[in-house]
Amino acid sequence: METAIEVNDLVVHRGKREVLHGFNCRIARGSVTGLLGPSGSGKTTLMRAIVGVQIVKSGTVTVLGQPAGSPDLRRRIGYLTQAPSVYLDLTVQENTRYFASLYGLGAAAADRAIADVGLADAARQLIATLSGGQLSRASLACALVGQPEVLVLDEPTVGQDPVLRDELWRQFRQLAAGGATLLVSSHVMDEARRCDRLLLIRDGQLIADDTPAAVKTAASTDDLDDAFLTLIREREGALA
Amino acid sequence: MRILASTTNRILRQLRHDRRTIGLLVVVPVMLLTLLYFMFDKQEPVFDRIGLIMLGVFPFVIMFLITSIAMLRERTSGTLERLLTTPLVKVDLLFAYGIAFGIAAAVQASVAAGVSVWFFDLETAGPPGLVVLIAIANAVLGVALGLFCSAFARTEFQAVQFMPIVVLPQALLCGLFVPRDQMAGWLEAISNVLPMSYAVEALQEVGSHADPTATMWRDLAIVAGCIVVALVLGAATLRRRSA
Repeated sequence: METAIEVNDLVVHRGKREVLHGFNCRIARGSVTGLLGPSGSGKTTLMRAIVGVQIVKSGTVTVLGQPAGSPDLRRRIGYLTQAPSVYLDLTVQENTRYFASLYGLGAAAADRAIADVGLADAARQLIATLSGGQLSRASLACALVGQPEVLVLDEPTVGQDPVLRDELWRQFRQLAAGGATLLVSSHVMDEARRCDRLLLIRDGQLIADDTPAAVKTAASTDDLDDAFLTLIREREGALA
Repeated sequence: MRILASTTNRILRQLRHDRRTIGLLVVVPVMLLTLLYFMFDKQEPVFDRIGLIMLGVFPFVIMFLITSIAMLRERTSGTLERLLTTPLVKVDLLFAYGIAFGIAAAVQASVAAGVSVWFFDLETAGPPGLVVLIAIANAVLGVALGLFCSAFARTEFQAVQFMPIVVLPQALLCGLFVPRDQMAGWLEAISNVLPMSYAVEALQEVGSHADPTATMWRDLAIVAGCIVVALVLGAATLRRRSA
């Protein structure tokens, strides 16, 4: 198993608060890894550290063999921020073409990314006029457009209708099959089933790092929500 | 170069979708010049002097405001954070803003100068083309300072407050109200380090000499130097990593 992302003893402070306390994890190339945990658990902070925009206190983050944030990595990584980050006063097409141009790609690549997120019909619409779900898909198109080797997606399926969500996950699987490495954060446990591996995170601590099946077995339940709960309780019991 | 061009294009497209802003950009200076023209009706030399300086001051003020808000939007909307994870180099972004708004300023200054010359009989000894050139330089200076100052603002409320700090002292001390050589020594010393003083002096040179003078070229070079310094400082305030 080749490692795409390696995080060692990562400590991150945001404001006065320590968000990650010596975090360790390793993510395999060509896999889809789900990053699960409640709001405020440090998911976004970890993702920001991996794409290289987070100031870290100590520890190392290595992506594709290079320190996170290296100039060479910037053309190999795609990042979807949690809040959609696209230009509201441009159309879907103009946004996607602009981000394509940053990777030296043309209109064809942009149009493909738009079709991939199911926005072909809204391509010429101004972002400001889109629905919430369309807006986050437009943002996703801009993250996919560079055909990155590593995709870091912060809650990409929030507010999407179930059919679209299913399609998006199919695509994530397809991208991984093509060799891309995906790290996807989510609140929705039902999406966890579709990951190769799960990272459960709470209060900046890694609670579990395993396949969905193994997480369920460890907690001896068939429901991932319950499994998460059981693992947290066990851990707190062990600490007490 | 490719990224600089596509970023410039992107900013111009954003501007093009915002028809009202384009309208304001073109109409507001003309409106203010009209006001000045009627204020100094029958005092032609006064309008010639003040109108000329205003042609340089308006683009500076307006572009400073627009840019600081535009850059703040990049920061608060998350697009800046996203851009910084792409191959884009910081200087690309800042120069793209400089070029895109410089183009907008060229349109603005040409219309304002055209109206002043043809309708209000603004008279300059030198060619009006030079007036437009200096106005554009001044606008780009406003863009560069706006980009730099936006780094120190977290909200739009804070950003607009930089206008009185950065713009007003320069407007007061640039020689518009009191000739600079008649100011108290310490005021003149302050005005000597403010870039707008040189832009205004350059305009006055065009106003009073038929051919471009050495002083005018020196002043223009100083303004250009300030633009580059402000853009480089602006790039230094853009951090890929944040807390």
